[in-house]
Amino acid sequence: MCGSAGCGKTLLGVEFLVRGATLFDEPGVFIAFEETAEELAQNVRSLGFDLEGLIEQKKLAVDYIHIERNEIEETGEYDLEGLFIRLGYAIDSIGAKRIVLDSLETLFAGLSNVAILRSELRRLFRWLKEKGVTAIITAERGSGTFTRHGLEEYVSDCVLLLDHRVDGQISTRRLRIVKYRGSSHGTNEFPFLIDEGGISVFPITSLQLQHEASTERVSIGVPALDAMLGGEGVFRGSSVLLSGTAGVGKTSLACHAADACCRRGERCLYIAFEESEAQLLRNMRSIGLNLELWVKKGLLRFHAARPTMNGLEMHLASIHKLVEEFQPSLVIVDPITNFISSGTVSEASSMMMRLVDYLKARQITTLLTNLNRNGGALEQTELDISSLIDTWLLLRDIELNGERNRGLYILKSRGMSHSNQIREFLLTDQGILLTDVYLGPDGVLTGSARLAQEAKEMATAAQRNQEIERKRGELSRRQQALEAQIAVLQLQFQTDKEEMERDITTEQVYLKKLEQSRQEMAFSRKAESNGSPGSQKKVRK
Amino acid sequence: MNRESASNGHSIQTETPKQWQLRLYVAGQTPKSVAAFANLKRICEEYLAGEFEIEVVDLIANPRLAKDDQIVAIPTLVRKLPEPIRKIIGDLSDTERTLVGLQLRSGLKMKE
Repeated sequence: MCGSAGCGKTLLGVEFLVRGATLFDEPGVFIAFEETAEELAQNVRSLGFDLEGLIEQKKLAVDYIHIERNEIEETGEYDLEGLFIRLGYAIDSIGAKRIVLDSLETLFAGLSNVAILRSELRRLFRWLKEKGVTAIITAERGSGTFTRHGLEEYVSDCVLLLDHRVDGQISTRRLRIVKYRGSSHGTNEFPFLIDEGGISVFPITSLQLQHEASTERVSIGVPALDAMLGGEGVFRGSSVLLSGTAGVGKTSLACHAADACCRRGERCLYIAFEESEAQLLRNMRSIGLNLELWVKKGLLRFHAARPTMNGLEMHLASIHKLVEEFQPSLVIVDPITNFISSGTVSEASSMMMRLVDYLKARQITTLLTNLNRNGGALEQTELDISSLIDTWLLLRDIELNGERNRGLYILKSRGMSHSNQIREFLLTDQGILLTDVYLGPDGVLTGSARLAQEAKEMATAAQRNQEIERKRGELSRRQQALEAQIAVLQLQFQTDKEEMERDITTEQVYLKKLEQSRQEMAFSRKAESNGSPGSQKKVRK
Repeated sequence: MNRESASNGHSIQTETPKQWQLRLYVAGQTPKSVAAFANLKRICEEYLAGEFEIEVVDLIANPRLAKDDQIVAIPTLVRKLPEPIRKIIGDLSDTERTLVGLQLRSGLKMKE
């Protein structure tokens, strides 16, 4: 294992032994050339390694070998049998299966006969192999060679190169397998992380596009938005991007999604690069979201950090670690744009790609926010990750009549029918409201312009209503007039009818009288005594 | 311990305390160890007659003892007294350097 100062060689060595002793029941020996056993125990205690405890349990032995150059004089032939005896004694005392030598550099510094040293070290490697112990030998990085003396890398079976590079004031630890006999190993550089849990390594390019696609839908926390997304929200495990300029409500929308996630009883990890946890909680309270409740219940975890605190790989590594630990079903990164400040754009986008892939592979819904800078096209992210995104919501401000209002629309949403409408996005103290924007002959109206237009429409409608009322009145009046006329005519008719009937009666009376008088006349002329009409006819005939 | 007790037999003087206490670490009877002991004896008799005591420690018999004097190379001669501790590694075939290592060169000069 080679590397320059401060790149974590000793730590990796100690972890190798501690994990071996605790997880695989393989006792180990640490041969320290640079630190005493006490110093070593103290230095790794912060990582949670209890060396003293392991030494007591006979699972670990630490031997400090100290060589003081100025008290040594070399005269003639010698060998390193003393070292062999010490190693052998330490290994046999606990039945060690693993050994770490940290580092052989000290031998070269303490002894001047390099020829003897080299041959003795070769013998040492062979001897360790014969003993059947797995050995890690640390070595300083040399110029042009992996190790300063160009020896260890040839005699060992596996060479690990540790590196600690500073790029733009941000340092990243990297690890590379230079050689590993008898195995097909990854040849890339892998970033690694040293924190309170020890060393974590994350392969960066081993991810493949093989993740499953869930058909389950999850709400994004705003019912109207879910309705726009085919009525059910986004697919579980999909990636959602919220992009927009400053102050359009990206964080508020993200917090709604977090709230909805916690309401379902699922865990949500919120990675905030711009606001602290307390600040976010306070701000969200003002729009009616009580996120504190979820934090207390352990469903919501904030990870607030400055993006410049770590290199990109470190961020990725720490997110991986948090995800493994917390097992969330929603991860929010707010905003991803800040990653650019800890690396170049291409580095940041490759990192985002890996992050999105990683989360997708675990069926974790990802919500990313992207801050569009002024002047940049809205349909573009600075990280160029739009192609990675399944659902892209665009928040934009609509400037009209001296006001600024927020509009939201869905730029794309893979695999579902979604609304093509722009909705006005309102932040109220009950949360986010989406209302239809006014679409009229004058274009899209929002905010007070929309309200004014709506008022205008209401006035027009009222006018129309009045007109209708008026017309209705007129109609009824006309009807009344008509009915009156009909009554008059009927009255007239009644009068006429009565008159005519009277005339008819008079005529009939006249006719009767005439008949009567005729009969009387016939009687008087001594006609038949029965004055029937038949006799009358007979008489006539 | 065998070697140690045997080494006492090789000590030239047995009265205590001696001004010079030397300890020679070896690992078995290797040619280098044998040569170192012979060279040491010769030098001591020549320069420190009657003033020295040699203890030979065989690390194969007592591997534990290697820790105390931080022994890595074999053979190693440790000057326990007079202080400060000095270590001379190798078979002591270079008399001149051995004397320098034991800081006998300056001591002799003072005697003169």
